[in-house]
Amino acid sequence: MSIEILMPALSPTMTEGAIARWLVKEGDAVSAGDLLAEIETDKATMELEAPEDGVLGRILVPDGTEEIAVGTPIGVLLEDGEDLNQVELSLAPAAEPAPRAAEPAPSPPPEPDEVTTSAAAAVADDPAVPAGTEMVTMTVREALRDAMAEEMRHDEDVFLIGEEVAHYEGAYKVSQGLLAEFGERRVVDTPITEQGIAGLGIGAAFAGLRPIVEFMTFNFAMQAIDQMINSAAKTHYMSGGQLTCPIVFRGPNGPASRVAAQHSQNYGAWFAHIPGLKVVAPYSAADSKGLLKAAIRDPNPVVFLENELLYGRTFEVPQLDDHRLPIGKARIARPGTDVTIVAYSIAVGVALEAAETLAAEGIEAEVVDLRTLRPLDMASVVTSVKKTNRCVVVEEGWPQCSIASEVSARLIEEAFDWLDAPVGRVTGADVPMPYAANLEKLALISADKVVASVKAATYKD
Amino acid sequence: MQKLASFEVNYLQYLDEGGKPANDLPDFADDHEVMVGLYRSMQLLRHLDARAVALQRVGRMRTYPASEGQEAVGVGASSCLSDRDVLVPYYRGTAMMLGHGVQPHEILLYWGGDERGSDYQNPLAKEDFPIAVPIATQMLHAAGVASAIKLRGQKDRAVLTEIGEGGTSEGEFYEALNVAGVWNLPMVCVINNNQWAISVPSEMQTAAQTYAQKAVAAGIEGLQVDGNDVIAVKDAVGKALDKARNGGGATLIEAVTYRLCDHTTADDASRYEDAKARAEAEKKEPLGRLAKYLLNLGAVNEKQLDEFAVAAKAEVEKEVKIYFDILENKPQPPSAMFDYLYAELPERFRAQRDEVMRRGGE
Repeated sequence: MSIEILMPALSPTMTEGAIARWLVKEGDAVSAGDLLAEIETDKATMELEAPEDGVLGRILVPDGTEEIAVGTPIGVLLEDGEDLNQVELSLAPAAEPAPRAAEPAPSPPPEPDEVTTSAAAAVADDPAVPAGTEMVTMTVREALRDAMAEEMRHDEDVFLIGEEVAHYEGAYKVSQGLLAEFGERRVVDTPITEQGIAGLGIGAAFAGLRPIVEFMTFNFAMQAIDQMINSAAKTHYMSGGQLTCPIVFRGPNGPASRVAAQHSQNYGAWFAHIPGLKVVAPYSAADSKGLLKAAIRDPNPVVFLENELLYGRTFEVPQLDDHRLPIGKARIARPGTDVTIVAYSIAVGVALEAAETLAAEGIEAEVVDLRTLRPLDMASVVTSVKKTNRCVVVEEGWPQCSIASEVSARLIEEAFDWLDAPVGRVTGADVPMPYAANLEKLALISADKVVASVKAATYKD
Repeated sequence: MQKLASFEVNYLQYLDEGGKPANDLPDFADDHEVMVGLYRSMQLLRHLDARAVALQRVGRMRTYPASEGQEAVGVGASSCLSDRDVLVPYYRGTAMMLGHGVQPHEILLYWGGDERGSDYQNPLAKEDFPIAVPIATQMLHAAGVASAIKLRGQKDRAVLTEIGEGGTSEGEFYEALNVAGVWNLPMVCVINNNQWAISVPSEMQTAAQTYAQKAVAAGIEGLQVDGNDVIAVKDAVGKALDKARNGGGATLIEAVTYRLCDHTTADDASRYEDAKARAEAEKKEPLGRLAKYLLNLGAVNEKQLDEFAVAAKAEVEKEVKIYFDILENKPQPPSAMFDYLYAELPERFRAQRDEVMRRGGE
C-alpha cells in the first residue's frame, strides 16, 4: 500500500518547517533509511529518511517551500510495482484531488520589522503604553531576546548565563544573536550544573552584578531550588538588608507537548509561595518584553516563567525605546460584563478562546491576565468580580495549592458579598502529565472545559 | 612541605583502531561465541537506532537519543551483568538495557510516548530502573540501590549505572560518588564520554585531564578505557562488578568514545560540530574495528557478517511491528492515569476515576 509522507515534527515544539530540497526525484526507487529530503526548522536542518522501501511516486510540496505545517502530506511513497495512477484514485477521496504543490504557498506572516497599527487595541488598555504608539509584529521568542539585548546595552552589569545559551543560542533559540553582539564575557555557556549556575549567579548578584540565569526548562530548576529559595529569596531578609540579589531566573515553564511527566509541569504556584521572590508569567510578546526588562532592572530576585508553546506565537509589541511594564499589575485582556475569567501565561489564550465561544452564546466574559503571580494583583481581580459577580480561574497546573486556589480564597475574603456563584477552577488534572497522547489530552486544560465551568458559574447549564 | 597524596589514572585498550591486539588479550577475547555475540548486539543497536530516528522523522517516534558510535560502551558493560545485578540506566542507555533483557519494542514504546515501555517484561530486568531523563539523578538512585543491597546484607550483587560526561558536572554526580566511597557501596558507574553534551565540547565541560580522576576525591578507583574497544570495556566493567559484588566497593570507569549522531532527534550536530573531527572519529568507530578483529580471529567470514546485518534488520522490523501494534491498536485506557498515582487510590481520586470511565474518557 502507498504511504503518504507527512511533514515530520523534528522536535517536540516544531509546528512548521521548510523543505530545503528533495534529494530524490519522482520515480526513484528508495530503501528504508535512504535520505529523501532536507527539512529546515528554526533550530536545525535535518534529513528526512524513507520510512519503508519503495518508489517515490509523487512530490506534493516542491523544493524551497516554507512554513509547511507538521503533518501536511509532502510526498507519496509507492510499494514496488504499485501504479501511481491507481494510488491517486484511492487517495482522491481522502485528500485534495488537485496536487497540493499547485496550491499557492500560504502567505507568510508579516516580517518582524513591519510596522502595523491595526492591532494596537491589543494593548491599548495598558496604561503603560501611550495611546497611538506604533506597533510591530514579533514572536514571544524575539520579544524576550530584544528585552535582554536592550537591557544588556543599557547596563554593563547585565549578563546571561546558562546551558547552551551562547554558541547554540539557547535550547529554544531565545538568545539568538546575543553572543555575536555581546561576546563570551557576557553571554556565558556553562557546564551542566543547574545548582551551580543558580548558586554562582546568586553570588554574582550579591557582588553587584545583574545576572540573567537561563534554565533550559524550569523542570531543571528543581535541581537548583534550594539556592533559589534559601539563598536568593532570603538573604536580603537575613542579612538585615546588607545584600540584595538582583537576579532573573528565566526559561520555559509549564506543560510543553508530549514530553511526559518530568518535563511538563507548571511551577507558578511553587515559586509564588515564597516571600522574597517576585514571580512573573506573561502571555503576550508585549508583556514578555516589557516585564522581562522590568525584571532585569528589579533589585529583587525575579522568577520569570516563559512558555515553550508561546515562543513561536506572534503578537503586537509597542515600538518604544524602553518598553517596560510594572511588575505586579494585571491586565484586562478582554473586557466583559457577565463573568470574570482569571488566567496567566498560556492559559490566557485558552481563556480568550473560551470567551469567543461564550460570546456567541450571549455570555460576555472579562478575561483578566494576571501577568505577575507574586505580588498578585488582587485589586484588579476584585474590581472585575464586583462588576461581573462571577469568576472562573484557569491555570495549567495542578489544582491543590494553586494560583487558582489562592485567587479563589482571596475572593472569598475580599469580595464574598459580590459573588453570585462559587468560584470555578479549571486546572490540569491532578496527576503527573501522561506521556501518551490520548491521556495527555485528558489531563490538559481546554477552552471547552472553561466554557463548561463558566456555564456552571452563570447557571446556564 | 610533605606530600600527603598523589594519584595516577590508567588507560586500558586491547584493540587498536585497526582491530589489532594492542595488549595481551583477556581470555574471553578468544571465545568465538562471546565475541560474535557482542558484535551482533552492537549491530542490533545500530539498526534499532537508525530505525528509531527514521520513525521520528515521519512522526511515528517522539524525541529519541541514539547511541551511534558508542555501542561498545553499553554492550560491553551490560554483558557483565548477572541476573542478580541491578541496572540503573540513563537516557542514552539503550545498549545497557538491551544487554540486561529489555526488549527493543519496549524501548521504542517508551520513546514513542507510552510509559508501558518502562514495565519491562523480562524477569532479568524486573528490578531494573526506568530511564532517567533528568541529568545525573540516576547517580544517587544507583547509590541508593547499592545502599539497600548493603543494608540487606545481600552478597554477590551489584549496581551498574551510566552517565554522560556532561552529567559529571552536576552536584548529584559528586554526591553519589562520595557516598559510594565512604560507605564502600557495591556500585559501578560508567561514564559515556562521547565528547559532546548537546553542543558543549568536552574541553568546555571540565579542566580535568580525565573524567576518571573525578573518582579520586571520592576515594574510589577510577580508570579510563577505550570506549570503542568492546574488549576493554567488558574487561574493565567485569572486574569492577566482581570487585563490587565481593565487598570491594565502587569503581568509576570513563569510556572514551565519540557521538557519531545528533544529541537527540531534536538536535542537529552539523550546526556546531567540526566535520573533520567527525571524519576522524568515524575511523575509530567500534563496530568496524570489532569486525576486523573477528575476521582475523577466524570467528566469522565476510558472508556471515552480511547475514548478521540482514538478521539484525529483520529483528528490528519484527520489534517495530510489535511497537506499532501496541501504539496503534492498544491505547492505554483513561483509567491508566489513576492506576499508578498511588499504591492505593485515595477515595477522592476513586470518584474521579469512576467519572472518567463513566464518560468513556471523553
